[in-house]
Amino acid sequence: MNTIAELFNALLFDYTLRTVAMGAAVLGIVAGALGAFAMLRRQSLLGDAMSHAALPGVVLIFILTGVKSPIVLMLGAAIACGAGVLLIIAITRHTRIKEDASMGIILSVFFGFGLMWLTWLQRSGTAGQAGLNSFLFGQAATLLVADVIVMAAFGGVALLVMVIFWKEFKLLSFDRDFGAGLGYPMQGLDILITMLLVVAIVIGLQAVGVVLMSAMVVAPAVAARQWTNRLEHMVALSSVFGALAGVSGALISSLARGLSTGPLIVLCISAIVVFSLAFAPNRGLVWNAIQRRRRRHQFRDDRVLVSLYHMAQQHDTLSHPHSARAVQTMHMRPAEVHSSLQTLARRNLVEPVNGNQWALTPAGIAEAEKHL
Amino acid sequence: MSITQIEIQLIAALVAAACALPGVFLVLRQMAMMSDAISHTVLLGIVLTFFVVGELGSPLLILGAAATGVLTVSLIELLNRTGLVKQDAAIGLVFPALFSIAVLLISRFVRGVHLDVDSVLLGELAFAPFDRFQYFGLDVPHATVTMSIILVINVLFIVLFYKELKLATFDPGLAAALGFSPALIHYALMTLVSVTAVGAFDAVGSILVVALVVTPAAAAYLLTDKLRVMLGTSVAIGIGSAIGGYWLARALDANIAGSMATVTGVIFLGVLLFSPHRGLIYIARRRVRQKWEFAQTMLTIHLLQHEGEPEAVLESRVDHLVEHIRWQPGYAEQVVRYAERKGTVRRQGGRLLLTDQGRNLAQDALVRT
Repeated sequence: MNTIAELFNALLFDYTLRTVAMGAAVLGIVAGALGAFAMLRRQSLLGDAMSHAALPGVVLIFILTGVKSPIVLMLGAAIACGAGVLLIIAITRHTRIKEDASMGIILSVFFGFGLMWLTWLQRSGTAGQAGLNSFLFGQAATLLVADVIVMAAFGGVALLVMVIFWKEFKLLSFDRDFGAGLGYPMQGLDILITMLLVVAIVIGLQAVGVVLMSAMVVAPAVAARQWTNRLEHMVALSSVFGALAGVSGALISSLARGLSTGPLIVLCISAIVVFSLAFAPNRGLVWNAIQRRRRRHQFRDDRVLVSLYHMAQQHDTLSHPHSARAVQTMHMRPAEVHSSLQTLARRNLVEPVNGNQWALTPAGIAEAEKHL
Repeated sequence: MSITQIEIQLIAALVAAACALPGVFLVLRQMAMMSDAISHTVLLGIVLTFFVVGELGSPLLILGAAATGVLTVSLIELLNRTGLVKQDAAIGLVFPALFSIAVLLISRFVRGVHLDVDSVLLGELAFAPFDRFQYFGLDVPHATVTMSIILVINVLFIVLFYKELKLATFDPGLAAALGFSPALIHYALMTLVSVTAVGAFDAVGSILVVALVVTPAAAAYLLTDKLRVMLGTSVAIGIGSAIGGYWLARALDANIAGSMATVTGVIFLGVLLFSPHRGLIYIARRRVRQKWEFAQTMLTIHLLQHEGEPEAVLESRVDHLVEHIRWQPGYAEQVVRYAERKGTVRRQGGRLLLTDQGRNLAQDALVRT
């Protein structure tokens, strides 16, 4: 309990931790919401491709301008991301190369191209090195409040656009052809929502880096999908999960040295995904297993009840008692008959007679007749 | 060229060839992004094996890494099979998680050993020749031997199971019906990709493995319809990029792997634009040609309809086309000129007359519809 109290204390009063947590939360909200659409449109890996593709933009804009401020670098990243994603769309649409391969090409070639210029920059010794490591893994600890405000501003605009075009994006995600039939410019909407995802990715690069940014697009959406069938709930929940993972990742990384924030955020969101896959009502694996087991028991109980009814029919009254052994002969798994009889007795559908015999109660007879 | 330079190029070419072979099947089976996932999670295998073995040079590292590659594929399949997660999302879930674990383990427990994440992700081919080994009295770089073995394994696998791979790739249903297990072929192929990725990441880094796996294969896919030819073309493009990338890197004094990826991209772009039958330029020109052909056919059909009728005098005037087929005046003139050039229509006074060729064209078109 003590550590938890300390953590909250730190969250409120430690400048670095507070900034990192806020940044991670902003990122989680924006990437979570827009990632939900990407997942529904089966473009989960687009986030991965785009975040890698940002590298040449960051490097080249630094070479050209010599400025290292986050906004300028973000602009470069956004340009490269946007160009990359348009190329992916173009290659997929105009050639027989499928989306997976065009993503692989753009991801790796852009990244390699950026890497080439980055090493050129480092060896030619021009000013400070843009820091590949921070691009790959993010440097959450270096986030300033000003950075978080920039992230929140761009992210907020992206979310606003998402809300304005909500109906159109919903149409795009679920029935593109119908939307085209209604006269909506589906191709334009496709590009618009992809550009919003570019914004989400670009603002996240500084915090969690390339490799882990892809997880922030996919994972919250997958987790949220398990809990609901409604788009608005899913997008909201996805944002919440993203923010939750962001803040908890930041908190955990403050516990010990040598724990980088990015990977911890990814592990937090992965834990949320595993929990959701297991326990979400109606879809979760554990939930479904329990439901299946319950239905199987119910079915078995009903069969035992009906067996007793059939046997009693051979006698003068329907409440004629029979031994458990007699019921067992009528079942594939005799060993389970006892537990069914116990359950039925608890529901007052059968009652024990003369020690080891069982008879239907009037309620049991009525229930058995329902199943015939 | 110094011996070191030749060795670097040899290693680069071996890596590129070894990557390009399984890449063909990944591209055809629409699983290109699997190479991205595997090449990232291989890091976890290396870290875990390193904890057990305690040294980085051990060949066990390759086995451990290949095992994580297979683990990655199995986890993705497992998630996919629950029906709760689509395949693309499953890939996007599994590899960042495993990769994060690896990064955390390295930053927390591995200190003072040359196992930094940069070298795994980016590789440094320029140093490969310094890691030398004695084999039967021959003094050769370690990577040459490793990559040669991996290349031979890849070639052998593809040669031995060519028929099965081909069948399972193009008609999985038929393959299953004939008794070739698609799952077995899938996992075998993924193991191959994992082993290749491990061997290659040492030289070029994991992210650029993707460039060498996917890009040459995709470029080859735009050049041919034959699997054999595609395999050969893919390897050739891979080797070409490797050598070209080396010289580009030398010229710029930049990272070799990055330059190799850049060259694969340039070659892909060239193929994308200029491929004889699937290139964008060919497609665009074909579209333009089809537009004119269609207009010409319409013109000849129109003329044929009214040929020999009293109103033919009126119907066959150029300015009448504007009214009748609703062409813009300038466009109508262009179509007529195109048709004249092709010899399907000729002018006589203000009238258009069909040539024999034009009449045949119109009649053909009418029969076809």
